[in-house]
Amino acid sequence: MSFLESYAYYVGAFGLILIGLLVILVKRNLIKIIIGLSILDTGVNLFLISVGYLASGTAPIFSREGIDSGSMVDPVPQALVLTAIVIGVAVLALALGLAVRLYQNYGTLDMRKIKELKW
Amino acid sequence: MIHNDLIPLMVGVPLAGAFLNALLGRKLKGVPDLLGILCTMGTLFLGFVMLRLVNAHHVLLFEVGNWPPPIGIAMVVDGLTVFMLLTVNLIAFLVVLYSTNYMSRYTQKWQFYSLFMLMLAGMNGVIVTGDIFNLFVYLEIAAVASYALVAFGTERQELEAAFKYAVMGSLGSMFVLLGVVWMYAHTSTLNMADMAMVLRDGGSGEIVLLASVLFLVGFGLKAALVPFHAWLPDAHPSAPAPISAMLSGVLIKALGVYAICRLFYSVFGITWELSTILLTLGTVSMCVGVLLALKQWDMKRLLAYSSISQVGYIMIGIGIGTPLGILAALFHLFNHSVFKSLLFLGSGAVEYATGTRDLRKMGGLARRMPLTAGTSMAGSMSLAGIPPFAGFWSKLLIVVAAVQAGLYGYAIIAIVASILTLAYVMKMMRYGFLGNLPERLKGIKDVPAMMKLSMSLLALICIAGGLLLLPQVRELFLTDASKTFKAGTELAFRIMSEVR
Repeated sequence: MSFLESYAYYVGAFGLILIGLLVILVKRNLIKIIIGLSILDTGVNLFLISVGYLASGTAPIFSREGIDSGSMVDPVPQALVLTAIVIGVAVLALALGLAVRLYQNYGTLDMRKIKELKW
Repeated sequence: MIHNDLIPLMVGVPLAGAFLNALLGRKLKGVPDLLGILCTMGTLFLGFVMLRLVNAHHVLLFEVGNWPPPIGIAMVVDGLTVFMLLTVNLIAFLVVLYSTNYMSRYTQKWQFYSLFMLMLAGMNGVIVTGDIFNLFVYLEIAAVASYALVAFGTERQELEAAFKYAVMGSLGSMFVLLGVVWMYAHTSTLNMADMAMVLRDGGSGEIVLLASVLFLVGFGLKAALVPFHAWLPDAHPSAPAPISAMLSGVLIKALGVYAICRLFYSVFGITWELSTILLTLGTVSMCVGVLLALKQWDMKRLLAYSSISQVGYIMIGIGIGTPLGILAALFHLFNHSVFKSLLFLGSGAVEYATGTRDLRKMGGLARRMPLTAGTSMAGSMSLAGIPPFAGFWSKLLIVVAAVQAGLYGYAIIAIVASILTLAYVMKMMRYGFLGNLPERLKGIKDVPAMMKLSMSLLALICIAGGLLLLPQVRELFLTDASKTFKAGTELAFRIMSEVR
């Protein structure tokens, strides 16, 4: 039990990463592939956050007397994850835009039917 | 080492160009072309200024927001950086010259230039940054802009290629981000120099090995090394010709090859295992790329496979790791940027005039388009490694370096691949530019003036490129760059001791 408690975030993050990878590899629907990308993205972001997490830590602000920096969570990953989320949104929006245009051109979202390019 | 305030302009100028273009270019007709030429000319000029500064002071440093490096973001310019900056911006400038005419076929020229400038800003950022998370951000800026540019024509094939590229590209970026997080968790710093110091004080181990694998997959995807190459032969031919030239010419090198070199040589420190992996990946890319290129009939697709194979040569040179090997790899990187952009621009000119990329439907174009044929011939000869052209010298140096290092097998494979390269180049020239002119193409004309100018300049560099090996010129340009590899993690030590 204590193992799960201390590693729950890592297990969750890598679970999400693996699920995302699996979805991207297995699914044939464009939208589902994009969902897979999004899950993968979330997994990496969760991992990023949990690296700086401290159980029962405080916010990294010297708001009152007597707070020592040892009990604060690491603020750097939080700053990084914001950037990573914004980038993820941009990629997601572009990929969805491409999916819409592909649907208009081919009339399908099935990857197996969108196959004009070959080796 | 000195502090220098010009470094952020390498990112700032193209970024400003992108936004000004979006603001003004929509209404005013001539603005996109003018802004594009001015911005790329500006960054190229800045590159030369930095070359002079680096020759005098070796390392330039800029602290973003005046925060000293371990805390704030740093931008670092050294020999390798300035070499990459000059290559990227030189190609970008010539490609913009070409686009002024070529992109008139498309509507919304301002969107093209905005995305182009964003991509350039991202690439310059990847090259100058000294912060590992910043590297990821710039990488994504360049990558997202390039996904959009591949889809620029919004035709069926372009969209399909762009989607494939976007999915595989963002997968690669995720691996890079995962590696960055891993390294941050291990060393609790994001600054590359600081990270190298922490690792040197006894932090290496399994975690670094895992992060190395993640980075290798991530950047390998961007560099299109062979197990990760599937997107390239779709994405590069589908994009408009100037973008194919940028993607094949510099993007895969700035985002892939450069990032691999920077991390593995300057931060992690190269080991025997890593260089063996690089050698293996390089050899596999070289062979697979060349064999698949042989059977292509689509002119641009043939060139795309050829890019995979030529990046293999560069990786072999870097994997050999001797000073001569590194010098040869960098020289080949420069040459490949020049001749591959030239060939893609040439194939774009052919498509512009004839409307097809299929080699079976062409023939005898040399009579109607003498300048395009001539410049493409120069590029092809450089690609195939025919003596006075630049490509010959760099391939020769790679083979010599392999022999000197005792890696005879790699040397023989490189020579065989070079002969096969000659074969597919001959196929392209024979079916495209020589032979009989089909009835249908009797009325075609050669391309407009700016396209001719850009291709001629690139062809001149192809012919004269061998001069870069002359001792005086080499000292200025190539030797400083290859010293970066030799210095390895020492560079980090110098930067950090200076800052402290």
